[in-house]
Amino acid sequence: MSDYNFAYLDEQTKRMIRRALLKALAIPGYQVPFASREMPMPYGWGTGGVQVTAACLTPHDRLKVIDQGADDTTNAVSIRRFFQRTAGVEVTERTAEATVIQTRHRIPEHPLTEGQILVYQVPIPEPLRFLEPRETETRKMHELEEYGLMHVKLYEDIARHGEIATSYAYPVRVEGRYVMDPSPIPKFDNPKLAGNPAIQLFGAGRESRIYALPPYSDVVSLDFEDHPFVASKADHDCDLCGAGSSYLDEVITDDRGSRMFVCSDTDFCNSRQAEGHRGRLSTEAA
Amino acid sequence: MDGATLTMPLLAVEGLTKRYGSRIGCADVSFDLWPGEVLGIVGESGSGKSTLLSCLAGMQAPDTGAVLWEGRDVLAFPEAERRRLMRGDWAYVHQNPRDGLRMGVSAGGNVGERLMAVGARNYAAIRDMAIDWMGRVEIGPDRIDDRPSAFSGGMQQRLQIARNLVTGPRLVFMDEPTGGLDVSVQARLLDLLRGLVRDLGLSVVIVTHDLAVVRLLADRLMVMKEGRVIEAGLTDQVLDDPQHAYTQLLVSSVLQV
Amino acid sequence: MIHIENLSKTFTLHNQGGAVLHVMAGATLHVGRGECVALTGRSGSGKSTLMRMIYGNYRAASGSLLVAGLDMVTAQPRQVIALRRDTLGYVSQFLRVVPRVPAIEVVAEPLLRRGVPGGQARDRAATLLSRLNIPERLWSLSPTTFSGGEQQRVNIARGFAHAFPVMLLDEPTASLDAANREVVLTLIEDAKAAGAAILGIFHDEAARDRICDRRVDVTHFTPGLAA
Repeated sequence: MSDYNFAYLDEQTKRMIRRALLKALAIPGYQVPFASREMPMPYGWGTGGVQVTAACLTPHDRLKVIDQGADDTTNAVSIRRFFQRTAGVEVTERTAEATVIQTRHRIPEHPLTEGQILVYQVPIPEPLRFLEPRETETRKMHELEEYGLMHVKLYEDIARHGEIATSYAYPVRVEGRYVMDPSPIPKFDNPKLAGNPAIQLFGAGRESRIYALPPYSDVVSLDFEDHPFVASKADHDCDLCGAGSSYLDEVITDDRGSRMFVCSDTDFCNSRQAEGHRGRLSTEAA
Repeated sequence: MDGATLTMPLLAVEGLTKRYGSRIGCADVSFDLWPGEVLGIVGESGSGKSTLLSCLAGMQAPDTGAVLWEGRDVLAFPEAERRRLMRGDWAYVHQNPRDGLRMGVSAGGNVGERLMAVGARNYAAIRDMAIDWMGRVEIGPDRIDDRPSAFSGGMQQRLQIARNLVTGPRLVFMDEPTGGLDVSVQARLLDLLRGLVRDLGLSVVIVTHDLAVVRLLADRLMVMKEGRVIEAGLTDQVLDDPQHAYTQLLVSSVLQV
Repeated sequence: MIHIENLSKTFTLHNQGGAVLHVMAGATLHVGRGECVALTGRSGSGKSTLMRMIYGNYRAASGSLLVAGLDMVTAQPRQVIALRRDTLGYVSQFLRVVPRVPAIEVVAEPLLRRGVPGGQARDRAATLLSRLNIPERLWSLSPTTFSGGEQQRVNIARGFAHAFPVMLLDEPTASLDAANREVVLTLIEDAKAAGAAILGIFHDEAARDRICDRRVDVTHFTPGLAA
């Protein structure tokens, strides 16, 4: 163990963050300002998510950290180690076994359950930001539910690309009230935001904002009547486990342009392979 | 339509005053505007006409006075209701189209924004409506996906007008809508505005320093100087038989062509 | 329809030392339905001034001036606007229009203002332009490019598009050839027969004798000129 307080942050800071979290859960989708701390990692590496996780962790928790679905990438590994060192909590790669999951840009394939907490890392919490640069104005727009501008963005997508080309950070309306940026998860994951039994918490460190979805929230992806929302994915099966319904990463395998599609959720893919599922490029040794 | 038989004006302004410290923006301005009427406000720079317009349109808070919309004081409206008014029954055409358009959004998106703001959720219907309104302001349907930055100044101004009128407002504020345009482009815009005002039965408050513009567009005229209304009446009466020394000077200063 | 009693008009020129010009005093005049009255008097005697006061361009200094029951001295602008839209027409000597507007639209406008459907208004405009011998190829062009005579005929067509119960005519036959002059006189006679009260300035004496029931010499109302 280290000389740090449990989970790095001091207790007053964690209380401050918990108050913000409670407020965020009470007003689903509303961005609650909080006094974001300097963390021992650069902005953009998940400082918001780390602070939320720190405020949620208890010594009995089991933590999973993923980056784009993978447990073994730099960002995931370093955050997992950070909490192993500062909180001494158990860690796991198994979605089903985790009590707290910090994620960058994915929702795990394995369905979440009651009692689990999913913590999202959020770069830009304001869904209206690219259309309206003034913070005073976007706050006013949320206050007054002036969300026409969101549809202007989708309109522009269709006008330019023939369809809604926004494929990640796809805006949603929460409980018929606040429009929310679900963080840069692929729109494939959007349906999982709705009616989810787990608690979903969103932390933006640089922007000092926290927002949340309580369990079983009503979450609707914005769309037009004649251009309805579609949760799309690459039209392939996983080349390792053969899964046909999971979100896939495209991997270039050589200099001649050969490529393969694999599950972005490494735990999901590994579990399926362990159960004997095979894909197009599986070696029998696997 | 028939303003003479109605008992209540659309807009009634009472004793509107706005000071900037000890300096007067506009002082004790009162007038009524009836449905279908076009009211011109003229005066030189600094006369308070722009301050008055921004107080009327809720962009600045006056110090005292009342702005009654169908009998209710707009200044006492909650913010939400005031803004709903601004994207529904009211519209505001800026002098510089860049202030009234989203330059990074296509022409169709610009026209469609107010529709989407009031709940339109059918892409094809929004697009049809945008094409219709672009046609009314003489912009071809082939330009619907172009950004306003690719448009000429006159076209940008016409697009701004379409964007404002698409939701069928009843009262339109215009701040020097023909300023900064070439004379030939101005004429086209004036003709367009006249037709729209007549066909849609719009009420308009138009601020300008150009007497030719009010002569052609406005039914009634208010002349402002140093923040105060010094003369008001029928447009041609004020211009042909000005009573106040300043108005006489203003009228006689216009070059006759 | 027009009742004028003891009307006077002054101009105060604030920028020329506050000089006050008394241009009219004691003007008294009545025009009834179906009646045509000519204003006479030499140039500068105030014929146009009186017409402009009746139309509401000029404010009266004192006296009373009623048009179709509306007191023009105290009327609100919106009442005057409604009067001009529905009741009181004015054919001036010069055409004043927005550049670029086609002639047929210029003529149809008084009807469109009154809410007459576009097609019907343009049909009426076309009829009038034809009667006044404006070639059809010119209808879609702006009258600002027309000759003086053509502009005057467009102006008359516009003035007669709607059957106003009260009409003011300022030199309606000036600069017209014999054929068009005849058309205009017929239009005036028709309006009169339909019950319009007409007040006009006619330098064309033959025309005046043919259509006017009475003459009123405004010289009597001109301070300094009255005998």
